[in-house]
Amino acid sequence: MSDVSMVVNGRKVSGSVEDRTLLVHYLRENLGLTGTHVGCDTSQCGACVVHMDGKAIKSCSILAAQASGSEITTIEGLAPGAELHPMQAAFKEHHGLQCGFCTPGMIMTAVDMVRRHPEGLDEKTVRNDLEGNICRCTGYHNIVQAILAASKAMAGKNETQAA
Amino acid sequence: MGIEGIGARVARKEDKRFITGAGRYTDDFVVPGMKFAAFVRSPHAHARIRGIDADAARQMPGVIDVLTGPEMKADGIGNIICGWMIHSKDGSPMKMGAWSPLATETVRYVGDAVAIVVAETKAQARDAAEAVEVDYEELEAVILPEKAMDPGAPQVHPEAENNLTFDWEVGDEAAVKAAFEKATHRVKLDILNNRLIPNAIEPRSAIGHYNKAEDHYTCYTTSQNPHVARLVMSAFYNVAPENKLRVIAPDVGGGFGSKIYIYPEEITCLWASKKTGVPVKWTADRSESFLTDAHARDHVTTAEIALDADHRITALRADTIANLGAYMSLFSSATPTYLYATLLSGQYEIPAIYCNVKAVYTHTCPVDAYRGAGRPEATFVVERLVETAARELGISPAELRRKNFIKSFPYQTPVIMNYDSGDFDALIDAATKAIDYDGFARRKEEAKSRGKLRGIGMSCYIEACGIAPSAAVGSLGAGVGLWESAEVRVNAVGTVEVLTGAHSHGQGHETTFAQLVCDRFGLPMDNVSIVHGDTDKVQMGMGTYGSRSGPVGMSAIVKALDKVEAKAKKIAAHILEADEGDIVIENGECKVAGTDKTVPWFQLALAAYTAHNLPGGMEPGLKEGAFYDPTNFTFPSGCYICEVEIDPETGKTEIVQFVAADDFGRVINPMIVEGQVHGGLAQGIGQALLEGAAYDRNTGQLVTGSYMDYTMPRADDLPSFQVPMTETICPGNPLGIKGCGEAGAIGSPPAVMNAITDAIGNNDLTMPATPQKVWAALNAATRH
Repeated sequence: MSDVSMVVNGRKVSGSVEDRTLLVHYLRENLGLTGTHVGCDTSQCGACVVHMDGKAIKSCSILAAQASGSEITTIEGLAPGAELHPMQAAFKEHHGLQCGFCTPGMIMTAVDMVRRHPEGLDEKTVRNDLEGNICRCTGYHNIVQAILAASKAMAGKNETQAA
Repeated sequence: MGIEGIGARVARKEDKRFITGAGRYTDDFVVPGMKFAAFVRSPHAHARIRGIDADAARQMPGVIDVLTGPEMKADGIGNIICGWMIHSKDGSPMKMGAWSPLATETVRYVGDAVAIVVAETKAQARDAAEAVEVDYEELEAVILPEKAMDPGAPQVHPEAENNLTFDWEVGDEAAVKAAFEKATHRVKLDILNNRLIPNAIEPRSAIGHYNKAEDHYTCYTTSQNPHVARLVMSAFYNVAPENKLRVIAPDVGGGFGSKIYIYPEEITCLWASKKTGVPVKWTADRSESFLTDAHARDHVTTAEIALDADHRITALRADTIANLGAYMSLFSSATPTYLYATLLSGQYEIPAIYCNVKAVYTHTCPVDAYRGAGRPEATFVVERLVETAARELGISPAELRRKNFIKSFPYQTPVIMNYDSGDFDALIDAATKAIDYDGFARRKEEAKSRGKLRGIGMSCYIEACGIAPSAAVGSLGAGVGLWESAEVRVNAVGTVEVLTGAHSHGQGHETTFAQLVCDRFGLPMDNVSIVHGDTDKVQMGMGTYGSRSGPVGMSAIVKALDKVEAKAKKIAAHILEADEGDIVIENGECKVAGTDKTVPWFQLALAAYTAHNLPGGMEPGLKEGAFYDPTNFTFPSGCYICEVEIDPETGKTEIVQFVAADDFGRVINPMIVEGQVHGGLAQGIGQALLEGAAYDRNTGQLVTGSYMDYTMPRADDLPSFQVPMTETICPGNPLGIKGCGEAGAIGSPPAVMNAITDAIGNNDLTMPATPQKVWAALNAATRH
């Protein structure tokens, strides 16, 4: 067994888990954060993407023990208040989701994508950087539109904050 | 239409929970006392089970029990059945082999379930499953459908001699033969429709919960049709009586057909819950999904068309071998027959058509309906033939199609279907305009200057949705009626709940269905809730597949709304002391037309429930139900054009333009309809370029058993799409809807293949058109 302690969505959590427990299972089964999903077992689909210390990771590819001491943000913690994160709002406005299963991972990936591209995003970059996330419903068309729109909205917000 | 009524681009009500991580899928549910299951699966394609030794597994930490097929059989759990009877051309019924949820004596494909382990944790269950010793006697397997009927081929089931389940035909063979004898031109193709694996991103999952105190079962399951699951599990599989079984299909993460069927796992979890006394949860990992979710397509076809000197198509014939896999899944017999061969007329006036389908067993995963189900296979046959004919005749593919289009409706095809509406010229006009069809030669030249081969390909599809009139499908062998039910409950405060037998797993019913109510009574979206997916809440329904939720499901809601409106008008007339014929309901008010006399909707609803002042003899309450049985299939149609560029050095195809022009009849929410088309296109393009299930042809091992091996379309494999729409109203249902869920997957594969073969100048290419295959075909063409 391994003792783990981390900050998840701003809340300190700790516990004892079987050594082989993956971070995604710790989040879902121990903490009840079922917004993070498991869609495959080869680290391909991206339904499990969360942020660890501010960067997107696949929570199926890391042990809970390895994540001990880190700060994790899941889809549930992306927008702590009643208001949606601009990326969440854009996915809704542009119909960037259908069944919703890949959506949390898509949104967490997309937020990280905007962070990694302060110069802004174009369609080609968005499509390229989505290679680790599979959606079977949308054909990606509206996901790409949502990310491009959110990227602009988030840039506007940052400028406002900087000013 | 108002801002939230029919035709409005309303953002989805259901999105809030999905984008905040609050969706509730089956694996998210925790039932008190719940334990976890793992299945022991066959590693062999074909083997006899000599014995199962589970003693060591039972001693492992956390293990509650290990249960096997013979125990299940002893408890009277029935075999899994195919729900659609097909008769061969000699009149004999199809030859269905036995499918026990847990194999008893023989395993017939890699992944066939043999035993269930129930343990305290999922990890313990999996550890113990690995410790179950099954003594197999390996047997020869038959994997390829075209080899299944060979003399001496390994036999999958004793019931089906030569592995042939049925040898079915439709159309007039003699008329076709005569037409071919008179033909000026003939075009013949050997066509493979590649085997696919559906890959909904949510893996299948089930929780079986037997409550001893109430002698009652609850099943949470990833189903597109929970009521069908309840019916089949009670009526045929003896899992529980219908009145003692509740099936809940909560949020479901995509289906595409693969979650229609009632699989061994949910049956076994329910049974195991009673045996062990604990609720039992199982969730597939992706490897299990690849091995055991019903696969798709897998047709081997030879097809031919005849044309006269004036380039009119005079006949079409097709011979198809359909691979059904190791067992006959729920709709497996209908897919390669009534959903396939009946669409072989396409959009064309073809006087004579004949199709023969031989459906065979092989030692592979069962094959069943997947987005499009038979209609993609039909469209591929027709549209590859027509495009090839145009090339061989040296005329424009668009002109050949226009010349042969059906122009007036209703149109009776020679293969059962009676098309009710359409305007194929309008579709081809919309598509050719959007893609600038006439400017292609210029773009091809420009691409050539960059060293790229540019090609263009067209596909004009028609398909049959809204399955289907119960009496008609009954006469063709269906075991169920294919109506839909709805109930509209107006609460005492005027809010509305709509209960539907349809099931939403991405289609946005919570929004589009609510739009019908907003449109009818002028209520805000927030005041309308859609209830679905729970057999304790909704009495009965047939579920969502075959693009039926619009034409059939929404028609049932319209019928129930008609009844509610009629009663509401009677009450309003009574309150307002007016004639009920003068009452109109709009903007949340009941008014006497042409006056300022009104009663607000919420007051009317309250009046219905206080019953202090109702018309004489009227029952209190405002709640009505309806069943809607369709009068015909509906017939969406479209013209798709794909433009590709191929790198001759690598054989890699890039889709540079894709236009999908569709006629879906009346559209309730264009945003959602466009999204359905986008998704279908991705699956169709995936079939054409990337996806293909491959079994080792000797051992029957699934070679493409993970996302490392089976190529799913990703964002950078696809372009942005243009999706213009035209509209001819469907005359068969009250809203004029045709259905839009599958069109993208039906129309796109031939458009892509026609474009690639145009670019490389070699028509001999099979799906998926991988870079390797395209490069080889290109170089074979260049050598000639």
